[in-house]
Order: sequence, then structure tokens, then C-alpha cells
Amino acid sequence: MAQFICPNCEYVYDEVAGNPREGWPAGTAFADIDADWTCPDCGVREQVDFLPIEQFERNDQDGNIIAAELRGNPQVGSQTQTTEGEQ
Amino acid sequence: MTIEATVDGTVIEWRDRKRYLWIIGAIVPLIPVSIWGLHALTGSTLAWYFGPFFVFVVVPIADLIAGRDGENPPEELIEELEEDRYYRWITYAFIPLQVAGLAWGAFLLGGGTLPGIDEPLSVAAKIGLALSLGMVAGIGINTAHELGHKKEEYERWFARAALAQTFYGHFFIEHNRGHHVRVATPEDPASGRLGETVWEFMPRTMWGSLTSAWDLEKKRFARLKKSHWSLKNDVLNAWAFSIVLWGALTAAFGWEILPYLALQALVGIWLLESVNYLEHYGMKRQKLESGRYERVNPSHSWNSNNIGTNVLLYHLQRHSDHHANPTRRYQALRDFKEAPVLPTGYAGMIVLSWVPQIWRAVMDHKVVDHYEGDLTKANLHPRTAARYQRRYATTEA
Repeated sequence: MAQFICPNCEYVYDEVAGNPREGWPAGTAFADIDADWTCPDCGVREQVDFLPIEQFERNDQDGNIIAAELRGNPQVGSQTQTTEGEQ
Repeated sequence: MTIEATVDGTVIEWRDRKRYLWIIGAIVPLIPVSIWGLHALTGSTLAWYFGPFFVFVVVPIADLIAGRDGENPPEELIEELEEDRYYRWITYAFIPLQVAGLAWGAFLLGGGTLPGIDEPLSVAAKIGLALSLGMVAGIGINTAHELGHKKEEYERWFARAALAQTFYGHFFIEHNRGHHVRVATPEDPASGRLGETVWEFMPRTMWGSLTSAWDLEKKRFARLKKSHWSLKNDVLNAWAFSIVLWGALTAAFGWEILPYLALQALVGIWLLESVNYLEHYGMKRQKLESGRYERVNPSHSWNSNNIGTNVLLYHLQRHSDHHANPTRRYQALRDFKEAPVLPTGYAGMIVLSWVPQIWRAVMDHKVVDHYEGDLTKANLHPRTAARYQRRYATTEA
């Protein structure tokens, strides 16, 4: 059972506790959470953006916010695809 | 009051020059009540229109006179500044004053009289009062906005209370989990598009936000494997606040206040959505190889440092920082020097939006310049896209 942290607002998803309000009962593995699930606190990071808590050094609230987001699902060539869950 | 921190043996000191100005935001709900005195002095029906006069004449002029404030708190002190509870109490104080001001207004709308207001109000006076209450209602949505973004659960309940006046409870769900996710993309109902008039934007954002909020909660309840027809549905429990508030006012002052309650709510929503329109007008995040949109950066929001509207709206105009760090408290929001800047404060910009020709004359070339003439990068409104591409084709980079 591991913990994952939102790199923007430092919300922590704990697999032991889950987040029942969001629909993730206690014990839900982080890997089983929808990739487009947004952080319940800040809303601007998604499941794929979260970091294992051990890898976290500091949040990315440093003013020089990342201009282009390069991590995430490498769906190569899906340039025309709309954003997750949209239209 | 000066705050300080010691970093690597160096003492960093900073004094918030706006510290006491923020109180102005908390006394906004008393604007309609101040008409009482104004009316007693002048006896004029026009006095009841003081609310819109204040927002659309006094504040824009104050913005032009008081100028801009681009000062940022030092990075090292942001946490301490956020922890200072003084600032959040100002936002909490807004809510009881808002409810009291509305109750006072509803009393008069129901035909009540007071010392200095000897006759029940005429229809023209009631419309003026409803518009004035609507100004508070709209600014109340902004207070709800500040509170709805916070991690503390009780502050999110306060947000619902502040939204009760406008029956716009679904806003805090849609805004946090919808607008912030899709901001400055063609899919976002609450981002204004280049070439779209504010009057076209209104029905699109109002309907789009409502359906978006409902769908977000429906999706959450589907994950819970429960029916979304429940008071645990945040859309429904937020609306419940409005039913209680409007129901109590109607019971106390009569059903004839309902058209005026509806009018003030509509005006409040229109005020808030006007702000949505201008905050991201024409801005678009680009698609990445991965199919996701690039992360929101300072170039995707219009900012403004005009002190007048900034104090009134809790630094909402430091909008780039807000989108970068949605949970950050208003007093700690920073001005990003590289972000695009509006020609004047929000209140003045709303006035410009009323006449689309004027709005376009002021804003369109700013959007075109922002994208260095490459309109494919802008969030074009489908209805006018072809016309815009033709007009600006020569300047394409």
C-alpha cells in the first residue's frame, strides 16, 4: 500500500484509506484509478501527474510553472484526439 | 503589520500594503443598505440604482485613478501569509452581511417601509434595488469562488452559502473540476472565445456550466455505484441552500418578491459570467503529442493589477497564478510579469463588453498580437472564425 501526492497542491492519495467520497473505496490501488481523475483539491493535476510520495521533493508552485506538460500517457500521433472525457 | 522569515541566516521582511484594504471587500454587501441613507437624503428613485452605479462608474474610475499595484510577496513568506487567519476571516464576514443585506432588500421589495422610506417602493425603485442586490450577488459568487477552492471542508460549505443568493450552487463544482481542467480550450463553456460576443457567451456558459456540474457529480456517483439523486450530490445540496434562503424570504415577505429575487440572481450570474468571459478571452492551450493539452501557464489568462477591482474581488485578477495554484489564498497570489495584461480593471472591461464593437476594437488586436498573428493558436469562435482568419491573414507569422 503506497501513497501518491499531487505535485501542485500536495493532496495525498493513500491507498489504505482510498477516497470514498470520490468513489475510490479504502484499499483501491492507485493504478486502478481513472487516468483522467483530477486531484480533488486543486483540480489541475490528474492521476497520471501524481508522484509516489518518496519521489516528491517540492511542489511545482514556484511561479515558473511548467510551460508544456511532457509526462503522461505517450499516445503518439493522437494529435486530433480531444481531451479526456470531452465531447 | 510586517511579516518576516529567516532563510539561510538572512531576515526577509515584507509588509502587505493592501492588508486593511481587503476589508472593503467584506463591506460590499452593505452597498444596498447604504442606499437607505442616500434615499433619505435625496428622496430620489435614482438612489436605488446606486449598486450598478458603484460597480460600473465608481470602481472603473477608481481603477483609473488609483492605478496599478504589481507588488508581489516574497516567495519565502507566501506560506506564512497564507496561514494568517485575518485574511480568511474577512471572506467569512462577507456571508452574514450578504444574507442580512438581502433580507433587508427583500423586506422592502415586499412592500415594507422604514424611517426615511415612508412609502412602499415603486416598481422603478424595486428594479433599482434588485439590480443593486444583484451586484452584491455577483461579488458574492466571487467570495464563494475564493472559499470553494480551499482544502478545508467547512470553507467549501461557506461557498455554498455565498452562492445561495444567486441559486448558482453548482458553480463551485463546475468551476473547480470543470473550468480549471479545461480552461482556455474550445471545450470549456466558461472561457470566452475570440470573436464571441459576451451576449453569445452568456447562454453558452450558463447552460454549459450547469450540465457540466451535473455530469461531474453524476460521474462521481456512478463510481460510488449510487444514485446521484441524493442530498450528498453537491449540486443538489448547494441548491438546497437557495431553496431554504429564497423560501424563507418568500414566506416572510410574500411571493411578490420572487420576480425581483430572480432578477437580482440573474444580474449576479451575469456579472460573474462577464468576468469569466474576459479572463481567458481568445486564449488557447495547445495540444501536445500525447493528445493532452499543454498545462495552463501564465500566457493563458488575462491579468490586471488595478487596485480598485483587485481589492473588491480578492486578487481574482492575478488570474495566471490562480490557475497555476488554485488552492492558494488570495492574499498570496502573485502578479506574473510575463502574463498578458488587460487595458483596465475588470469592472471597466465589463462595461466595454456591453458593446461588442468596442470590445473587439480594444481586445481583438491584443489577442492577435499575443499569438504573433497566428490565429490558429487562438481559441476562435466557430461563427466568426473564417472572417477572423481572412482579416488577419496578412499578418500571419
